[in-house]
Amino acid sequence: MRLPFTRGARSLSGLIGALLLAAVLACAIGAPRIAPYRPTQIDLRQRLLPPAWEPTGSTRHLLGTDNVGRDMLSRIVWGARISLSVGLAASLLGAMAGSTLGLCAGFFGGPTDSIISWLIDVQLAFPFTLFAIFLLAVFGGGFLPVVFVLALATWVNYARIVRSQAQSLRAQDFVTAARAIGVGAPRILRRYILPAVLPSIVVVASFSAAQAILTEAALSFLGVGVDPTIPSWGAMVNLGRNYLQGAWWMATFPGIAIAITVLAANLLGDWLGARLDPRGR
Amino acid sequence: MEQKEARPSFLKKRSKRLLFPGRFLHALAVLFGVSLATFLVAHATGDPVDLLVSPSATLAVRAQMRSTLGLDRPLMEQYLLFLSHALHGDFGQSFIYHQSVTTLVLARLGPTLILAGSAFAIALAVSLPLGVLAAARGGWAAGALQLFSMLGLAIPSFWLGLMLVLLFAVNLRLLPVDGYGTFSHLILPALTLSLQSIARLSRLVASGMRGALQSDYVRTARAKGLLEGRVVWVHALRNVLVPVVTMAGLELGDLLSSAVVVEVVFAWPGIGRLAVTALGERDFPLLQGTVFIAGFGFVMINAGADALCARLDPRLNVRTRA
Repeated sequence: MRLPFTRGARSLSGLIGALLLAAVLACAIGAPRIAPYRPTQIDLRQRLLPPAWEPTGSTRHLLGTDNVGRDMLSRIVWGARISLSVGLAASLLGAMAGSTLGLCAGFFGGPTDSIISWLIDVQLAFPFTLFAIFLLAVFGGGFLPVVFVLALATWVNYARIVRSQAQSLRAQDFVTAARAIGVGAPRILRRYILPAVLPSIVVVASFSAAQAILTEAALSFLGVGVDPTIPSWGAMVNLGRNYLQGAWWMATFPGIAIAITVLAANLLGDWLGARLDPRGR
Repeated sequence: MEQKEARPSFLKKRSKRLLFPGRFLHALAVLFGVSLATFLVAHATGDPVDLLVSPSATLAVRAQMRSTLGLDRPLMEQYLLFLSHALHGDFGQSFIYHQSVTTLVLARLGPTLILAGSAFAIALAVSLPLGVLAAARGGWAAGALQLFSMLGLAIPSFWLGLMLVLLFAVNLRLLPVDGYGTFSHLILPALTLSLQSIARLSRLVASGMRGALQSDYVRTARAKGLLEGRVVWVHALRNVLVPVVTMAGLELGDLLSSAVVVEVVFAWPGIGRLAVTALGERDFPLLQGTVFIAGFGFVMINAGADALCARLDPRLNVRTRA
């Protein structure tokens, strides 16, 4: 058994991705302990304080404060919770729906495949941000609606890859053999096909989580995100937009947090893809 | 005809059905799905009248809306009515602008297409040479492109837009902060929007090019003594273009989707900003019309890209199931 992250050109970037993601995860879980202040703690005397390295900055607020004196660093640390939980939940939900549909489409073929492929094409026909706004306008915002909408964005990723793999797997000898001894379709799908496509699902999950985090940030930026009272990175950038002239740090730092998290998930996905894809060996 | 490709291929490759001769029928089937989805979402919350008239509307207005939409009739019939209205370009009246939704959306379509089109042109102009150079040089150039595209895919467009505004408009005072009208207003939004496309397309070009450079016909071209530049930029590049054009259709869709956010950042008067305004005012007919028309346009663009692909690569017209 080889240690992970010791092989291939992508191993270093994969390691960096895993470490960054672990750091963001630690922030999300340990937010109450790591963050120096409560994310909602208002201090009007300390408002619009620049980061510590600026001449007027204070070491008590390393990344400065926002327009009502809330500590930027604390809010960013707390913001990791929303980003990660929404991203993971949406990616997982998308994985379950998309993989199931993809398995059925690829394995059964025929009309099942036609209907599911049609669903995929219809889903891809909408400019997604517009469609998400439309859905959230009808169903209202909040954690669950946002997760459902983002799952709607990611299920296609799973469905496509699983469909094409299931299509080529169903003609393989081990599947034919299983059929010959009378194994039923549901069992073949679960015990024979699913394990074979699982590596690809894991890879897609990594990229889909990145996509979901990025889309969640965009929706929060537009004001249709999870909940305006919980600090989220996209909403913080939106707030900072009004103070771009005098307080550049308000929009800058939350955006860096988004970029780092998305980058980490993409790097990890790239590495997983290179490692789990048997053709890449 | 399998293009093996690092990342976006399985995320973005369209299903094989589009290669079938019935391209037109397929587009029609997708359009049917688009209309069905838009219709069903509007009916998902129970009474669409609550969504479709302004909250201050009187009972008489509500009753009239109910009969216009045929809400007292079966769902199937309601859908057909919605479809016939949609096909006649009738999506009702906007509450906030007191104008027909179609007029409003069509007026905003121009700016969005200008923005997405410019971003697309920038993306192509940058990513083709970038990808070709990275593949032809290999080594550090390939690594640098990898790093660049990773960063490009991770940076949120709304944030990039604000940072460009901070640098070029607030600090250097070279370009306007936001607005619409002159060429200088277009530069920052188009650059912002193009970054993710550059990241995706240059990766696609580079990986296609790497494959093409190892193929037999390139070896033949080299063996007969052609200059390396001609081999790369003429012989190899031509075969890389097909997957690029296929992706380009989807890319334009992604651009239209990301344009929503960029338009808000730069106060660009396109359909994205219209939709966000409609959302803020809960102007539901406007939102529904915008989504429908955008989906419709996107299907058309994709059908066009497919037809173009078939022209570029006649092999795609062969009726084979992979």
